[in-house]
Amino acid sequence: MSQLKYALFTGCTAKQSTPELLSSTLAVADKLGIEITILEEASCCGASHLQDFDEFLAHVLNARNICYAEKLGLTMITICNTCQLNSAMTKHALDKDPELKARVNEKLAEVGLEYKGTSEIKHFLYALIHDFGLEKIKDNVKVPLSQFNIAPFYGCHNIRPSELHEGSNNYENSYVPTSLDELISALDGHPVDYDHKNKCCGFHVELQANHTSEVLAGNAMVDAIDNDADLMVTPCPLCHLKMDTYQDSVGKVIGRDIELPVLHMPQMVALALGCSEKEIGLNFHVQTKAQQIYSDATA
Amino acid sequence: MSNTRKVTIKAFRFNAETDYLPSYRSYTMEVGKDELILDVMNRIKWEHDGSFSYRRSCRHGICGACAVKVNGKATLACKQNAMELLDLFDNELVIEPSSKKRAVKDMIIDKGDFWEKHASVKPYVVADVEPHPEHETKQSVAEFNKFLDSDLCIQCGACHYSCPALEANDAFLGPAAFAAAYRFTVDTRDTAGEERLEITAQSGSGVWDCVKCFECAEACPKEINPIEKITKLHNMQFEQKVARSNVATRHAEGFVRSIRKHGFLDEADIVVYSEGYLGMYKHLTTAMKMMKAGKIHWQDGLPFIDNMPKIKNLDEVQKLIKISMTNKL
Repeated sequence: MSQLKYALFTGCTAKQSTPELLSSTLAVADKLGIEITILEEASCCGASHLQDFDEFLAHVLNARNICYAEKLGLTMITICNTCQLNSAMTKHALDKDPELKARVNEKLAEVGLEYKGTSEIKHFLYALIHDFGLEKIKDNVKVPLSQFNIAPFYGCHNIRPSELHEGSNNYENSYVPTSLDELISALDGHPVDYDHKNKCCGFHVELQANHTSEVLAGNAMVDAIDNDADLMVTPCPLCHLKMDTYQDSVGKVIGRDIELPVLHMPQMVALALGCSEKEIGLNFHVQTKAQQIYSDATA
Repeated sequence: MSNTRKVTIKAFRFNAETDYLPSYRSYTMEVGKDELILDVMNRIKWEHDGSFSYRRSCRHGICGACAVKVNGKATLACKQNAMELLDLFDNELVIEPSSKKRAVKDMIIDKGDFWEKHASVKPYVVADVEPHPEHETKQSVAEFNKFLDSDLCIQCGACHYSCPALEANDAFLGPAAFAAAYRFTVDTRDTAGEERLEITAQSGSGVWDCVKCFECAEACPKEINPIEKITKLHNMQFEQKVARSNVATRHAEGFVRSIRKHGFLDEADIVVYSEGYLGMYKHLTTAMKMMKAGKIHWQDGLPFIDNMPKIKNLDEVQKLIKISMTNKL
């Protein structure tokens, strides 16, 4: 197989509050010989909030990001479910509506760009599983995660709405998602089966509907804990931020003590591939038990 | 592949008049390849237990009465092939009412909350109609197409009872009510659009409390995509100047402010801008913890210190915002 090459759309979070997501992603790619070009020109995807304010502007900005992947002739990979969804929504809208595409391209022409629709957009999780391959990941495991019960938390925007994601998530069924479970097994970890694995974390209403947000995050974490999870893993940094940062306040709202390390998907893979403690970056977690995981795994 | 499969179906059983807690009972049967979930429910009633209760009427996806959940998946029983679900759920089906907490008897639920919320957005055309009109009220195809898909709603409640925001917040109107609000607001014959936008702009009950999980889009048996209509209501609130400045609207609009400055969203600034400096007290504990972990820095969000990363070719983004932005808060 020829070397895999991708254009990486980092999103805003990996450049700010979750530097560990970026460092672990790059470390995993490096270990597996996947070539990554960071799209330094890419702007915020709008995170579904800009879309509420001005949908056309959001399409223009997302189309511009995709243009830079098209220029490189590469598939654009994302490391955030919400970046994935909003980029894919723009691609979907433009590819099926020539009139909208023309209106967007009229704006892009002003900065010398043109959206063509030639680049695929997929989340790094699916690039790892379907392009690189689970079997080959298994072959590269240096630190088996056999001591951990790991709760997969899929995050809404990678799996819903299913018709939008089409092939990019290999037709993952939103009611019975399996990819993260399979990845955990490939790393020799024990996937935890629980009802809330495909539910919402509440991140997007953290400010305006705080109670709703806390209840949703709490329900998911408590369900994972009650099914013996030692830690949770998610492909979405927004789910990560909600669940890692707010465990104390969430616990107060739902009346339970919550202590659950929440890892980014690439951090888990990096741990199993034997990447360095610095690359995995568990020190950036608010939930302090997470910092123990590296020494536990490598002991 | 065999045309029938012997399976065990589990069904939720509960009678609010006599039972303190629900139970699950198992029924074994040969399911044929063309049988629907409704057929399976009929057979539980006809072949196993005549007291098994559920709503059914039209049998062709129009009346919306037979919505249930199968293994947590919102399902219109008369439209859903049983074999497909047996494949998806590894031959184990658990049939439950759309909302367990609203169960009255088995699959029958009290849908009062649904109807009340649906009615609250005025789901009908409001217009002064001439008693003796001399001409028709015409609509172009484009005008009609704006609400064509949302008009297909059969009020089955599949989206409503799949909505986690509604689970956590009783005041929330929910995706079906919003889809209806959209449907009549974009109807050119209607005159109550502004009123509906006001109703759906309220915090607590309105569209700003949507958690963006897309469960409603997945649940709808008529492929109406309610969350798409929710986004349109958000947009229309700005377009028609109904949106008031509050934490939710500033949160949406604040993205432009950040992107114009940095290309990226400024995570600290968006919180400060949405909440206002006085509202920041709520976030102090979290901010301290994030600072301790090195996720944010003491100078983040201060207007006079700019330590934000910037994207390459930021000038392009600034120009695109200038020439593409249509809305204002």
